[in-house]
Amino acid sequence: MRKDLVHLTRRYWFSASHRLHNPVLPDGENQQIYGKCNNPGGHGHNYFVEVTVAGPVDSRTGMVVNLAELDAFAQTQILDRFDETSLNELPNFESSVPTTENLCVEIYRIFQAGWSQLPSARQARLERVRLEETSSNFFEYRGESPAPHL
Amino acid sequence: MIYLTRRAEFSASHYYHSPALSPEENRRLYGKCNNPHGHGHNYVLEVTVRGEIDPRSGMVVDLKQLKEVMAREVLNVLDHRFLNEEVPVFSHVIPTTENLAVEIWRMLVSKLLFCRLHRIRLYETPDLFVDYYGPEEAERTPVLPTEQKTAQPAKR
Repeated sequence: MRKDLVHLTRRYWFSASHRLHNPVLPDGENQQIYGKCNNPGGHGHNYFVEVTVAGPVDSRTGMVVNLAELDAFAQTQILDRFDETSLNELPNFESSVPTTENLCVEIYRIFQAGWSQLPSARQARLERVRLEETSSNFFEYRGESPAPHL
Repeated sequence: MIYLTRRAEFSASHYYHSPALSPEENRRLYGKCNNPHGHGHNYVLEVTVRGEIDPRSGMVVDLKQLKEVMAREVLNVLDHRFLNEEVPVFSHVIPTTENLAVEIWRMLVSKLLFCRLHRIRLYETPDLFVDYYGPEEAERTPVLPTEQKTAQPAKR
């Protein structure tokens, strides 16, 4: 029997600061590109991150993924890593600018790299990471070769 | 093609218990959601339909008609109910939000003859929702588990 494919989305949040500055560019150009986000003291956001898992519903459990597993992974790998930090100081951003675009891709990669720690999601895939920087700005990443967007 | 979404709310209670698992496994898997007395949510349902804009009316669907079908087929069945005990399908299907979204699709799809159902989005809480695009999606995009071979943290 064909199994139904369901997308489950869980939402988390953390607070962090960043400064958008690319050391390979001259100061003037950094100011021109990043404007007030280039302010040397940095500034912060409450980031809301949504993680979407797509997969068949396990007929024994009724679940796409065990939420307790997903929450525990998000807590240790995302929230504990990024919450109340200055993103520029983290190893994740040693060689990239901590724009919300790059942070979104980084969170996707962390989930993908740790997927084996979610045994209940063995039949499922990471569908999307959506990251809100403010209520007006958000970014989505679906990996390098995403499934067709519905 | 244009997409129209109508939102509705209903409140219902449920608990999770799988007859395929032992009582101990049920408690471990579902935690406090395994309490047989149930617990409740204010569910927010979004029904998205798609179609072409009718040049005469300027509408993709008669919203009043959609609202009536949603009320009759879904809200009247689920609102203020104990899903496990009062909605027959959940006597043998665990009323997780995943299964509830699939069942809502089934309740609506044969009744929405005047438009094309595109998506059911069901919020259990503001921080948790599921999307279901119907049985055809599984055929269009088979699930390939997230690949482990590309799972090394990227060097940039």
